[in-house]
Amino acid sequence: MEKFDNKFMLTIDAKLINEGFIRSMIAAFCVPLNPSISEINDIKTAVSEAVTNCIVHGYAGASGDIDVLVGIRKNVVFIKISDHGIGIENIERARQPFFTTKSKEERSGMGFTLMESFMDTINVYNNKTGGVTVELSKEIKN
Amino acid sequence: MEIEYKVQDNEVFANLSGELDEASADYVRLSLDELLKSSDKITSKLVLDFSKVSFMDSTGIGILFGRYKKFIRRDIPIFIKNPQNHVDRILKMTGIYEIMPKIS
Repeated sequence: MEKFDNKFMLTIDAKLINEGFIRSMIAAFCVPLNPSISEINDIKTAVSEAVTNCIVHGYAGASGDIDVLVGIRKNVVFIKISDHGIGIENIERARQPFFTTKSKEERSGMGFTLMESFMDTINVYNNKTGGVTVELSKEIKN
Repeated sequence: MEIEYKVQDNEVFANLSGELDEASADYVRLSLDELLKSSDKITSKLVLDFSKVSFMDSTGIGILFGRYKKFIRRDIPIFIKNPQNHVDRILKMTGIYEIMPKIS
């Protein structure tokens, strides 16, 4: 990782109860950049999608860790969210709108689409040691 | 997340308040399915009042698609009322309004 003006790292249990905590904490960390409400909501939604993926797909409900890194450089927020779960078989396909491997569970298949819409950049890859990393960034324009 | 129900002239109004995400998904799903089970044929439509939904992600979209399929089988249309801006954007982007029209 390149140098940031400010950053924090966190490892937290992949539990549903932690979803709201993670997105609120990341949103709070961005407040010094003076984001608009809309920018804050964009970040919260994108984070929520990435964390849900770790819990629902990466670990499929089993226990595990989610690693979070949030860095700020000038007015850009960088967010890296990783799990150590089963990985994604076909990332390109997973990123297509409405594609889901869990249609019986009423999954919309819109997670990556929302991340793409709400953030400036997104990078998704399988880790060499297993699991998935999602890297997101967004310039705070306000 | 909390849901309060109000029945008025054969129409059911469900007021949702809080965050609609993976953590509240099961509650919302069960609550609305319970409503469908307990409401007999007099229910002519369901209005989901979104004015107090402060957050929603794609898990919410999945739940809405799922409820649409169940309610339409009983000929009960669903409408979405007064979503906040951010939630409105997600609903618009994902095409939910094509099956659950927005009302104010």
